[in-house]
Amino acid sequence: MSINHLRLRSALGQAGTIAVTLLGLLMLTFIIGRMMPADPVRAIVGEEASPEIYQQVYLQLGLDRPVWEQFLRYLGDVLTGDFGTSIRTGKPVIEDILHVMPATMELATFAILIGAGLGIPLGVTAAVNKDRWPDHLVRVFSLFGHSMPIFWTGMIALIVFYAGLGWVGGSGRMSQFYIGMVPDRTGFLLIDSLISGQFDVFASAINHLILPASLLGYSSSAYITRMTRSFMLDQLGQEYMTTARVKGLSRGQTIWRHAFGNIRVQLVTIVALAYGSLLEGAVLIETVFAWPGFGQYLTSNLIIGDMNAVMTCVLIVGVIFIALNLLSDLLYRLFDPRTK
Amino acid sequence: MTAAPVPRLPGPLLAARNILTFLLRVPTSAFGLVVLTILIVTAGFAPWIATHDPYVQDLNNVLQAPGNGHLFGTDELGRDIFSRLVWGARITLTIIFLVSIVVGPIGLIVGTTSGYLGGRFDTVMMRITDIFLSFPSLILSLAFVAALGPSLNNAIIAIGLTAWPPIARLARAETMTFRKADYIAAARLQGASPLRIIVKSIMPMCLPSVLIRLTLNMATVILTAAGLGFLGLGAQPPLPEWGAMIATGRRYMIDSWWLVTFPGLAILCVSLAFNLLGDGLRDALDPKQMNRR
Amino acid sequence: MEKPILEVQNLCIRYNGAPVDAVRGVSFTLGRERLGIVGESGSGKSTVGRALLRLLPGARVTADRMQFEDLDLLGLSERQMLKVRGRRMSMILQDPKFSLNPIQRVGHQVAETFLRHFSVSKAEAKTKTLEMLAAVKIRDPERVHDLYPHEISGGMGQRVMIAMMLLADPDLVIADEPTSALDVTVRLQVLTILDGLVRDRGIGLIMISHDLNLVRNFCDRVLIMYAGRVVETLDARSMDQAQHPYTRGLLAAQPRIGGPRQPLAVLDRRPEWKEEPAQ
Ligand SMILES: Nc1ncnc2c1ncn2[C@@H]1O[C@H](COP(=O)(O)OP(=O)(O)O)[C@@H](O)[C@H]1O
Ligand SMILES: [Mg+2]
Repeated sequence: MSINHLRLRSALGQAGTIAVTLLGLLMLTFIIGRMMPADPVRAIVGEEASPEIYQQVYLQLGLDRPVWEQFLRYLGDVLTGDFGTSIRTGKPVIEDILHVMPATMELATFAILIGAGLGIPLGVTAAVNKDRWPDHLVRVFSLFGHSMPIFWTGMIALIVFYAGLGWVGGSGRMSQFYIGMVPDRTGFLLIDSLISGQFDVFASAINHLILPASLLGYSSSAYITRMTRSFMLDQLGQEYMTTARVKGLSRGQTIWRHAFGNIRVQLVTIVALAYGSLLEGAVLIETVFAWPGFGQYLTSNLIIGDMNAVMTCVLIVGVIFIALNLLSDLLYRLFDPRTK
Repeated sequence: MTAAPVPRLPGPLLAARNILTFLLRVPTSAFGLVVLTILIVTAGFAPWIATHDPYVQDLNNVLQAPGNGHLFGTDELGRDIFSRLVWGARITLTIIFLVSIVVGPIGLIVGTTSGYLGGRFDTVMMRITDIFLSFPSLILSLAFVAALGPSLNNAIIAIGLTAWPPIARLARAETMTFRKADYIAAARLQGASPLRIIVKSIMPMCLPSVLIRLTLNMATVILTAAGLGFLGLGAQPPLPEWGAMIATGRRYMIDSWWLVTFPGLAILCVSLAFNLLGDGLRDALDPKQMNRR
Repeated sequence: MEKPILEVQNLCIRYNGAPVDAVRGVSFTLGRERLGIVGESGSGKSTVGRALLRLLPGARVTADRMQFEDLDLLGLSERQMLKVRGRRMSMILQDPKFSLNPIQRVGHQVAETFLRHFSVSKAEAKTKTLEMLAAVKIRDPERVHDLYPHEISGGMGQRVMIAMMLLADPDLVIADEPTSALDVTVRLQVLTILDGLVRDRGIGLIMISHDLNLVRNFCDRVLIMYAGRVVETLDARSMDQAQHPYTRGLLAAQPRIGGPRQPLAVLDRRPEWKEEPAQ
């Protein structure tokens, strides 16, 4: 009873915190939108519009009202799902974003698989061999991934693996040749091409995905490696590891069944957070690889100063981050018996 | 002992020397220190180190491969890439310096006051840092630069605006541990104002860890600045900022690899240096590690 | 006396990087009996226990002889040791709060010992586990089987630990301060359970403790260790005839209920005890 009560209170408290954070997020995007140098009215009516039309749109947008009233209006719009129209495409911004999102998610999902597939074993290796050469090697390797300017590594990789060796496809999600051949159902090219049975498109898509995803994955593996190593070190120093050895388990069995088994939940939360951070790398890597995703959408609108699009993109990134944080928190509570 | 007494160094200097010795003994952090020294020397003596004027175009001599009087070749306007990199070190150093003096004070003030005062003020401030922390730094910087307009100064402001929350968090945590200390209580009993206590007693205590944290974050700052430059939102041409150099070189990268390769290596080296140094600092200041040997 | 289970001669152990040996020239033999090792904290008791199981990766262990039944412990490969640990020799650790894996159900952890050493089905291992939990006087084995370590008390945790370590029916059990972390009220209960099982099954027991008066009731013989050295070996019944001043100090430093009210004696420590073997 009292435990349930406490739980309810903490759940409510958390919901309140999230609501406040979201409100702050909206305030931030609103301020950024207001500060943008582009004139929103001019952007809508065009350069040659008469002053009367300009004035009419100006009033329509409520720009004559006090700032707080404008913010409330923005809040109302967002809460009713109206994020405004993109000046460039003339379509609702949210529609645009939903259209480009699958490309980014495809990239990010592959990247996180690579990042976790690389980072977790490396982190375990480093921890098990603490202060010996494998540890130092892993440290340098992962700091390297953490230090490289990913847009530059992307170009170098294109020069070497695409232009030089011809092992992979170049820019874009597939060869120019195939563009428009696959009907857009889910937006995920790999899935769409399989559904429609066009395996050569699928192969081409993989061929184009592999390089940017590997680079993104490598850069995110640095964080995963570091966290895995420190989680493992925590466990390896615990007394129950001795218990397991006393029972007759080999060192390898102890490490995998007990130490690694115990950090699985923590790892899932870390990987979820790393997935969010991929958005950052995606902005740069999508520019280099002409990948028609969220990152490219954001940067191209930044440069032309499309206010609604930029505000919404920033808002979405914030929401994704908050959601991932929440998700990792939730996973922890669900899967760690100690929190029950 | 009859040997002459060793001149005594003041405490902080002595600590700094000990840390330096520790860092130099580990190859990785020694590498970091060396690279940063090179960066500072290069920036300081840029006019003497550079072989050419970084801005002078020579349209008869464009896209020259390395060698032939141009160590790293020439770019699409015939400018000497090596000299531009050397001058670019100044820009990088400026970014590091300015971001530090924006982020350090903001983080310190927000962190110490909210840690010391606690209560409602603390809750509000921590909510605000939460909001800032809920973005990857590059994305938020992008948005700020978009709002302020693309330029090197605005990029620095934007990075500063996004980089303070972790510092504030750290300063707050430190303050919370000092707050209960006896000498703080004594000062309070003597009627010192909160402002006085924060500025005179707490801030100096938080300063070392804040400085270390700033070093640790500098690699991210460098990469974000370069990323902004690459996207055309940071330093504008013809400034020899490394990220911007890569952006212009991109069009020629397949045939003239040197346009993008060298600026990228420079960024990589500096950010790797900061990361290695940060790693070493973390070890140097971890008491468990110091005792071992 | 029948053939001894364990013979140790001149055991020396030095941790890597340490300036001196943590254990210096320890010798003893153990039959099917209960041997106590008593000494203050840091005197090297746990180090001896771990050396017997060869679980000291960061230390150099040497001895003239370290014979466990038919096995020369020093000469065994790690592979062979895997068959010894848990099956023929096991160890009960100090604090169940730390020595049990916090996120595995206790039943699963106990059964792991059995599954490791016998090729049986999971169901058989579970039956065996439940029997063993009952043997350590856990009233509702089915329920406890599915609990996590943080859901059971310290005394219960230590009984689970005993079950885990006796499940594969070893010949020698080392109990490293098995009750030091427990509430005073359950110490005796846990020791009695351990004692009963060890006697019934004819298991050799090495009981490590810093509490001489506790140990004397559960052991046949007691080794007194000081600074890595055995300073005296005593019969538990004739404890009062202890010669060495350190042992006498240990005995005197214990409060006695009903005894004369005097200030507790302070332990005397002399550097020469570190060097000269007693007698
Ligand atoms: N892992 C280790 N590395 C270095 N020295 C150790 C280690 N473990 C124990 N020691 C040292 O060995 C000595 C004996 O320790 P231990 O066997 O744990 O004593 P006890 O169990 O009697 O309290 C102590 O001086 C201790 O500091
Ligand atoms: Mg001990």
